[in-house]
Amino acid sequence: MADSAAAPQAAPHAGGAEVTKRDFLKLVTAAGAAVGVGAIVWPLVDSMNPSADVLALSSTTVDLAPVTAGQAITVMWRGKPVFVRHRTPEEIAKAKVDDKGRLPDPALDAARVKPGKEQWLIVVGICTHLGCVPLGNRSTEVRGEYGGWFCPCHGSHYDTSGRIRQGPAPANLAVPPYAFEGDTKIKIG
Amino acid sequence: MAGLHKSEFENPVINWVDSRLPIFTMLQKEYGVFPTPRNFNYFWNFGALAMINLVIMIATGIFLAMNYTAHKDMAFDSVERIMRDVNWGWLLRYVHANGASMFFIVVYIHMFRGLYYGSYKTPRELLWILGVIIMLLMMATAFMGYVLPWGQMSYWGATVITNLFSAFPLVGEHIVTWLWGGFSVDNPTLNRFFSLHYLLPFVLVGVVFLHIAALHITGSNNPLGIDVKGPQDTLPFHPYYTIKDSVGICVYFIVFALFVFFAPNYLGHADNYIPANPLVTPAHIVPEWYFLPFYAILRSVPDKLGGVLLMFASIGVLALLPWLDTSPVRSARFRPVYRILIIVLVVTCVVLGVCGGKPAEGIWVVLSRIATAYYFLHFLVILPVLGKFERTLPLPESISRAVLPTGGGPLPGGAAAKPMEKA
Amino acid sequence: MKLLRNIAAAALLALGTPAAALAAGEEIKFPPQIWSFSGPFGTFDRASAQRGFQVYSEVCSACHAVKQAYYRDLKGIGLSEKEVEAIAAAVMVPAIGDDGAPTERKGMPSDRFRSPYANEKAARAAFNGAYPPDLSVMIKARPGGADQLYALLVGYSDPPAGVTVGDGMYYNKYFAGHQIAMAPPLADGRVTYADGTRASVEQMSRDVTTFLAYIAEPEMETRKRLGVKVVLFLLFLTGLTYATKRKVWSDVH
Repeated sequence: MADSAAAPQAAPHAGGAEVTKRDFLKLVTAAGAAVGVGAIVWPLVDSMNPSADVLALSSTTVDLAPVTAGQAITVMWRGKPVFVRHRTPEEIAKAKVDDKGRLPDPALDAARVKPGKEQWLIVVGICTHLGCVPLGNRSTEVRGEYGGWFCPCHGSHYDTSGRIRQGPAPANLAVPPYAFEGDTKIKIG
Repeated sequence: MAGLHKSEFENPVINWVDSRLPIFTMLQKEYGVFPTPRNFNYFWNFGALAMINLVIMIATGIFLAMNYTAHKDMAFDSVERIMRDVNWGWLLRYVHANGASMFFIVVYIHMFRGLYYGSYKTPRELLWILGVIIMLLMMATAFMGYVLPWGQMSYWGATVITNLFSAFPLVGEHIVTWLWGGFSVDNPTLNRFFSLHYLLPFVLVGVVFLHIAALHITGSNNPLGIDVKGPQDTLPFHPYYTIKDSVGICVYFIVFALFVFFAPNYLGHADNYIPANPLVTPAHIVPEWYFLPFYAILRSVPDKLGGVLLMFASIGVLALLPWLDTSPVRSARFRPVYRILIIVLVVTCVVLGVCGGKPAEGIWVVLSRIATAYYFLHFLVILPVLGKFERTLPLPESISRAVLPTGGGPLPGGAAAKPMEKA
Repeated sequence: MKLLRNIAAAALLALGTPAAALAAGEEIKFPPQIWSFSGPFGTFDRASAQRGFQVYSEVCSACHAVKQAYYRDLKGIGLSEKEVEAIAAAVMVPAIGDDGAPTERKGMPSDRFRSPYANEKAARAAFNGAYPPDLSVMIKARPGGADQLYALLVGYSDPPAGVTVGDGMYYNKYFAGHQIAMAPPLADGRVTYADGTRASVEQMSRDVTTFLAYIAEPEMETRKRLGVKVVLFLLFLTGLTYATKRKVWSDVH
């Protein structure tokens, strides 16, 4: 049956004005349907974005008191490691000297710490190359050529201000938004 | 058959693909120029609506599954988290939950269309049977999906329905233990139901594909129930039926939206917002509305095994319908007696549905027994006999003669005088 | 079309079934109330919901949890960020200390409402074997919804003549079986409203019901607002599609 009637039939054509009106209607209807489909697809796509409970959990408080000079701790913030490093005066001095060194992503050390709190360096512990966690936050780990951190995945070296100095990483370790809530307490996020 | 397909598409990219894999030629043949009877009424929208509904269910389901946790201690809370925290989560869940009801509304009307216009008759028997299989798969999928939120109705629905299998002698108890993966509905049950609830829709897609493939071999039935005689009886599917289906889709979306946005829990049960509790059964446990007629048939028999068998038979009898209905005339328009009986059958199903929702006591038991008996009487006795004795009205010569006012000749049957209702 | 009408009638009957099914058994009618949040354009009465939160905190929360709700949800009934932070900070929530032992810390807006007990067993031990249900979705978990909760709260009275109430049970005409383990939670003046509203039992019941309706469906206002837009858009699109359909089919008819 399908075969016997397979020849397509052209619809009989009406006058020119009629065709224009019809084409216009078709166009508007198709546009309306496209808007509708878009409105249906968006909630599906957006449901994969961070949900309200994830967004609400976006701050962490850290007690700095137990961290002595030269030590560093790793805390979780938004599911990522954050390096909190209590820098020694030598490390701070080195970082200030390095302000004038060769920096692929130029930034002053002073801009990466809070004024008056230069001993506390807080950076997101994610290599800006492809997302590995660099070594060097424990004193027993290699800290790379510049005494900061060293990423073992592809060999990026960071200095004592968390700036990229050598290797494939394009940018410095990110400084998360944080604020001091008292002398030895910070709130990240 | 080696060598490239000779594609007629002008666009070079489409032509390149089409020459190697003629999907565009196929689409053009099956959905572009496909010769479709010119006299469809709006009942012929419901196949397309069911298709759209299946797509909506799969799409929302995939995104819900990204946020759902199939564990008895976490399932209920994870559903509430979807409702509260996930962006648009409430919309996804309400669309999915009401989508199940919409799916059954659409498919039941689609089946009614088939019954009324005799779409199951030769040569479309296999097409109809594939449809019955689709309905069975839908029921299994819907049932397992309802268990996932792990509320009181989920839990006790699962318990009652899986216990149906315990009716079978000797192996029954073992089957039930096997289904549960334990000695009651518990975490293993929830896990396997989630797995199967995710799998079955894709099986459904496969059977729907076969259903449509079979349809495109035999061609569609039509409100007159007579065969297409030639090109004058048909229209190309596009644009005539694409646009006509679009009208139906818009109306369907309005009904759907009214449920989702303004009465999202109307078709559900309040008890399912109480977390599952294996120690307490809700006072009145009833399945979702679309199972109520079958539930009534199950309960109408005082014998456990008998009730289960009869319930399955009520679906099985549909698969045999092409051979039970002996009338050579398809459309109820030309079958004055059948036309009344089919409405009586619908009323019977509605009565069964109402009975299924009532406690199994008093008048409701009597009513559901009468309705169950009539349901089987209709298919097993009335239809075979009626086909032999019914005086059918004369059939029109062809679709185009009946449709086109210029076709000439007296139009047979009152109904045929106005065959393009709403179209 | 007669056929369509028949189908519509059948469909209507079928749709009426679930509601009918739930009403089966011993019939208790809950007097219908007028709620700020009912109807397609309903919104939560913010002042009432805030008072309701006060009733919940000062009365209900002694026994009933709303464990699905977060303190940040209170912003949805008109409290400011600062107020929510203060409310959360006044609560001590369970936590694990740095030494690994269970401890408590100050609440944050991102915390869920603190439960009055650690788990269901603890609740049953504390409440004489009864389990005060979680109220997070209570409005949706009862067929009568808000009307039912309100009726229950105002439905306490002395048992009518000839009815004896079990030990530790209370008579309530809107509870199934009329005997409830929950003592009458509200009495006139049980809380003191900051806005000067008189705290009658009816007023407190109404307020706490509004609050719990919000907690059950924090998305409701968004849902209904979006729904109006969606339906209007669909009506427009239906009209457009139908017009196109008429045009396309004009040469066939």
